[in-house]
Amino acid sequence: MENRGIVVIGAGPAGLAAAVKLRRLGAEDVLVIERENETGGILRQCIHDGFGLERFGKSISGPEYAALLKSEAEELGIECLTGTSVLEISKDRTITAASPSGVVEIHAEAIIAAAGCRERSRGSIMIPGERPAGVYTAGTAQAYMNLYNRMPGRNAVILGSGDIGLIMARRLTLEGAKVSAVFELQDHPNGLERNIVQCLDDYSIPLYLSHTVTEIHGKDRIEGVTVSAVDGNLRPIEGTEKYYSCDTLILSVGLIPDNTILEKAGVEIDPSTNGAVVDEHLMTSIPGIFSAGNMLHVHDLADFASAEAEAAAENAFLYASGKLDTGRNLSVVPGEGVSHTVPGRITGHGPFTASLRVRKKERGKTVEVRQGGKILGYRFFPLVIPSQMISVDAEAAAGCENVEVIVR
Amino acid sequence: MHYRFDIVIIGGGVVGSSIARELSRTTASVAVLERNPDVVDETSGRNSAVVHGGFAYDRGSLKAKLCVEGNRMMGALSEELGFPFVRCGKVLVGNTDEDLRTLENTIKQGYDNGASGLSLIDSAKLHELVPAVIGSFAMFSENSGILDPFLYTIHIAENAHENGVEYFLSHEVSSIAKKDGRHFISAGDDTFEADWVVNAAGLGAKAISDMLGIEGYKVIGSKGNYLVLDKTLGPLLPMPVYPVPSNTYMGIHVTPTVDGNVTVGPDAINTDDFSYYGVPADKMEYLRESASSLWPHINKKDVIRTFSGILPKWVDDNGKIQDFRIEIRDDIDSMAVNLIGIESPGLTAAVPISRMVFSMITERGQFQMKTDWNGHHDKPFRFSDADDKTLICSCENVTEEEIVRAIHNPLGVHTLSGIKYRTRAMMGRCQSGFCHMKIEHLIERKCGIRAEDVRYMRPGSWVLAGKMRECNGK
Repeated sequence: MENRGIVVIGAGPAGLAAAVKLRRLGAEDVLVIERENETGGILRQCIHDGFGLERFGKSISGPEYAALLKSEAEELGIECLTGTSVLEISKDRTITAASPSGVVEIHAEAIIAAAGCRERSRGSIMIPGERPAGVYTAGTAQAYMNLYNRMPGRNAVILGSGDIGLIMARRLTLEGAKVSAVFELQDHPNGLERNIVQCLDDYSIPLYLSHTVTEIHGKDRIEGVTVSAVDGNLRPIEGTEKYYSCDTLILSVGLIPDNTILEKAGVEIDPSTNGAVVDEHLMTSIPGIFSAGNMLHVHDLADFASAEAEAAAENAFLYASGKLDTGRNLSVVPGEGVSHTVPGRITGHGPFTASLRVRKKERGKTVEVRQGGKILGYRFFPLVIPSQMISVDAEAAAGCENVEVIVR
Repeated sequence: MHYRFDIVIIGGGVVGSSIARELSRTTASVAVLERNPDVVDETSGRNSAVVHGGFAYDRGSLKAKLCVEGNRMMGALSEELGFPFVRCGKVLVGNTDEDLRTLENTIKQGYDNGASGLSLIDSAKLHELVPAVIGSFAMFSENSGILDPFLYTIHIAENAHENGVEYFLSHEVSSIAKKDGRHFISAGDDTFEADWVVNAAGLGAKAISDMLGIEGYKVIGSKGNYLVLDKTLGPLLPMPVYPVPSNTYMGIHVTPTVDGNVTVGPDAINTDDFSYYGVPADKMEYLRESASSLWPHINKKDVIRTFSGILPKWVDDNGKIQDFRIEIRDDIDSMAVNLIGIESPGLTAAVPISRMVFSMITERGQFQMKTDWNGHHDKPFRFSDADDKTLICSCENVTEEEIVRAIHNPLGVHTLSGIKYRTRAMMGRCQSGFCHMKIEHLIERKCGIRAEDVRYMRPGSWVLAGKMRECNGK
């Protein structure tokens, strides 16, 4: 077994940013473990622009964003084990990983888990019907096109208005495929407004809100889908079925933090995010294991994932130096109108920032962080929408009463 | 092409392949014609994967006899053929007086059938065996088990192949002619001339039976839908949990898989479409609700996939389900073995069925036994066997070496589903989100085929439209 300093799991926008930050803070031994053969994570396949405005002050593509992070990491001499997949983490922070040279064991002083998320699949949303080839998640289709130079199909329908789905609508169109329509179960789009405009409107691809795929047709290759309108409870409305012929169905129906390894380690998981329950220092329920980026909760922009990972790096650095306040005293829970909030625990010893998503689109709302009758922080929003993560700064909580985040 | 074999078996599923393997003990030349590109694409790969105890079938039936035999030999068979099998036991859970009587009768029937290890257990013992189960008492069948239906069938087929059986995949039989005591079987562009024909076509058996001139069988399809739950659930379910059975149907049950998933199902819906495997929305909901009365851990968030399978049931004119029929009809064709209605417990009983067919054929002909027959198949090559542990599928920990070995499988199956069934890659919680393209790419490279020629399963199931752009051949 090898003894190392701080180990970062994942070399995407979060992991690389964390590693760079750690070195800049003065951490001497930083190791990054990445399961792919190259660093960069999902950025590598995101060849559209819109990355980097926050971190680099300019709009660049995913691969460019990855390259900038990578060159920072290289300049700082950060070691990266690529082609290495973490299999297990123990409570004492021993990492077991599968690598080209076999199974390796690494003990870490602190761990930052930043391994990203996975896409919800057809199975997980239980779309009825046959199981032909040609049903792809947006990310898989994107990898086929942008990493493998392969065309998933010629005539697509897209279910879900997540950002990758919108980006893929444009990408497929630009490569000569027909994209008949995008269907969204909710009554609001899930992706960024700019992507609706730039990827759908500009190419006259219709977006149907409150619609979903209710049956997949085709014994071998997908031949079409039945689409239905849904009611306020998201139930298909009988009599609204319409058949769309297609040879490809792209699913952009949500991302799920990929926490298999943290779950197995015994880290407390928040069922509303599928990420770890962390404190305001982004530390999980196992001391010395931190989590950030899309592995913690799904972010709107890579830049935000990077920024969060840097915060995790600062705290991991303090932890490794024995200087981090590690009490997990109070719970922070999502209340009225809030679907989830991070952190889920706080020490109660200092101010913190709640990052959250609301349940529904509303205008003119205040988001409050409250402890009993006391308001610890609030922020007014002219418009809140579920597809946009928002944050509210709060002052230190006292006592032992749980803290609640609400929309009012 | 024109081929000549001593024996042609139609259908390469678990029954056809078991028959092929038994007959490969002789020096006879044997061919298997399978209409799908792999041997597990129909009923053999679409079931609960339960090794049954043999108590649920009528006294004196072939189903009872062959199932009990199959159950007894499964441990030795899994050793010999290297497929995963766990004799985990199973419980049939009851709540009412009537349930109790039914279970008592089931146990009696089981013992009459030759089954063993059957007992009634009280609530305490039941909850000791399966902590979360919902029910007051149960019948415990300690010799029931679970296996990997894919590797079970594939290893039987590969071992048959190893012993000289020739497999013709994607060969659907369209007609059978008889001339001078020989059969001339047309499949695609090929003709197979054979002395003996064995109809082990499963869902297609009635059609083949008709082609052989053995007409009049009524076979209905009984379609069962299933949900597959995430591997986090497996540890909570040590053995299959069934409701009290009716005469015709086992009921919706929850079953652990040998790999730690849980399957929920099947319902049983009669169908005359033997190739429609779609799972309707209302059935998904029904499965979840129904099985939740047995076991409380079935949540939508843990469903990773759905699937369905179809059982060919031979019924009489009143629709009553009949026994397995395994026959030689001397009045029509004395060189054809006809198998009809091989449904559940066909998976458990496959080898005993094949031994029965072997006897029927070898009793009538001059067959010499090979001296160098080898019934052994290695265990699957897995993560622990690989030196380079670069993962392709990190949900199921499948290495590149395993994928490449699977691509070079002895039956020559090059489909994505073939790789999936052999390695478990793409079967995990992300459902191939991260590994689909890597596996497709390996198939292209290792088989030297173009992107547009890669298939998921059947010939129509193209995976990609092709290269996006031509650039230096990449």
